[in-house]
Amino acid sequence: MGFHSLEEIVTKTKEEGKAFWEIMLEDDMSERMASREDSFEKMRRMYQMMQSADREYAKGAVSASGLVGGDGGRMADYAAEGKNMCGPLIGRVMEKALKMGESNACMKRIVAAPTAGSCGVIPAVFLTYQETYQTSEEEMVKALFVAAGIGMVIAQRAFIAGATGGCQAEIGSASAMAAGGLAYLQGGKEEEILNATAMALKNLLGLVCDPVAGLVEVPCVKRNVVGAVNAVTSADMAMAGITSRIPADQVIDAMRSIGITMPCALKETGEGGLAATPMGMELKAAISRKS
Amino acid sequence: MNLFDIIGPVMVGPSSSHTAGAARIGYVAGLLLDEPVKKAEIYLHGSFLATGKGHGTDRALVAGLLGMQTDDERIPVSFQVAREKGMEVEFHSIELLDAHPNSVRMKLVGSSGKKLTITAASLGGGRIKVCELDGLEANFCAEYPTLIVSNKDKPGIVNEVTAVLACENVNIATMQLYRDKRGSHAVMILECDGEIPGTSLQRLRELPDILDVTYLSLQEAKE
Repeated sequence: MGFHSLEEIVTKTKEEGKAFWEIMLEDDMSERMASREDSFEKMRRMYQMMQSADREYAKGAVSASGLVGGDGGRMADYAAEGKNMCGPLIGRVMEKALKMGESNACMKRIVAAPTAGSCGVIPAVFLTYQETYQTSEEEMVKALFVAAGIGMVIAQRAFIAGATGGCQAEIGSASAMAAGGLAYLQGGKEEEILNATAMALKNLLGLVCDPVAGLVEVPCVKRNVVGAVNAVTSADMAMAGITSRIPADQVIDAMRSIGITMPCALKETGEGGLAATPMGMELKAAISRKS
Repeated sequence: MNLFDIIGPVMVGPSSSHTAGAARIGYVAGLLLDEPVKKAEIYLHGSFLATGKGHGTDRALVAGLLGMQTDDERIPVSFQVAREKGMEVEFHSIELLDAHPNSVRMKLVGSSGKKLTITAASLGGGRIKVCELDGLEANFCAEYPTLIVSNKDKPGIVNEVTAVLACENVNIATMQLYRDKRGSHAVMILECDGEIPGTSLQRLRELPDILDVTYLSLQEAKE
């Protein structure tokens, strides 16, 4: 794709008088030699696949290792009783993030966004937003183009894989993408989109990838919740007129340099952090005995 | 990389490298064998061996060998499907030299007795690389229609093969040549921008000094 910075995209929106999402759509058309309709419909299919993955969550399902399962249902039941402190919207976001993360761990069909491990963040906030505000599917698909454009720049300038940049590259990127999309849905212009992106990513800088037994389960499923909720709060801050002192592109560069200097034990090797705790080691041993 | 590598692919979890990539390796291996797999000996290396079970790498490889794509919801039950179709599967561990951590070697036997040994790696994000075919080095990602020609190592063969492609106006994107020793067995691997017609493949097979022609078509995969 032709963009190496979010600023370049913003410049193009101004030069051509087009929205952020439209610039990304046209970039996809030229990259894949696709028609406008093909490109839009393909993204619509991604949105609909996220919806069906959310619907098909199985409350009783447990991952092969036995480490995760059932928490999405627990969160839903608790919120349904009206007991959750965060209120209905955040309650739904948390529930959907857990559900998608668990479905992924249970080998269900999901949409990697940007990765399988972080697949709960974007659907959790997007689906909840549409259900809450009755937004048209067209608008949701446009917001997905915004999110995809942000993710593309992150992938170009830095990385989106835990093995190369730690969890900040997966959950951090997903959260930044979701925050930018939410700012768009809330009527934000390019400045708000970039501020939401920058703040969401800043809040998760330094997050390491330390999965227990090397599996995409602990702590990955619950980190989808933190990424999703952080996207909502970052978008709200941006829409309140709060700005990021560090521009979004420079935050991405900071993530890159942090990721490069991060020790290998904390980049998806399952050797450090939570994976290396006594309980982490015990769980790993139990899983290997089981298989 | 395009926008749908960022939002996408649609896949069965939990890992794009350990599950989606593994399914893709199995799928490509099945296409290269070009007939139903009767028996598969699967040797897991590195991270595929260490965390493969928890990521469903084993089931994804078998699913791919059965022709399932990365979003096929039968991946978790592929062992059962393999039993129903009479595919015999064995798993082993292996230590491959200088291999990517997510690597696997598979020794396959097809329904007609045809054999293929393939070593491949999952590079992340569902992308793969075929590293070895029947003991000879290879290096292709199976993202282009790929022609693999085994031949006697002698002058002029590359010319003959590329002439057949030129007749059909097939453009070559990349080309690799390998041999075990001078004058012995050689392999050429051509990644092409378009599909090669069956008639051209037949012409290649009929050329003297050509030992075997394998073709990886992506036509079906694109639908």
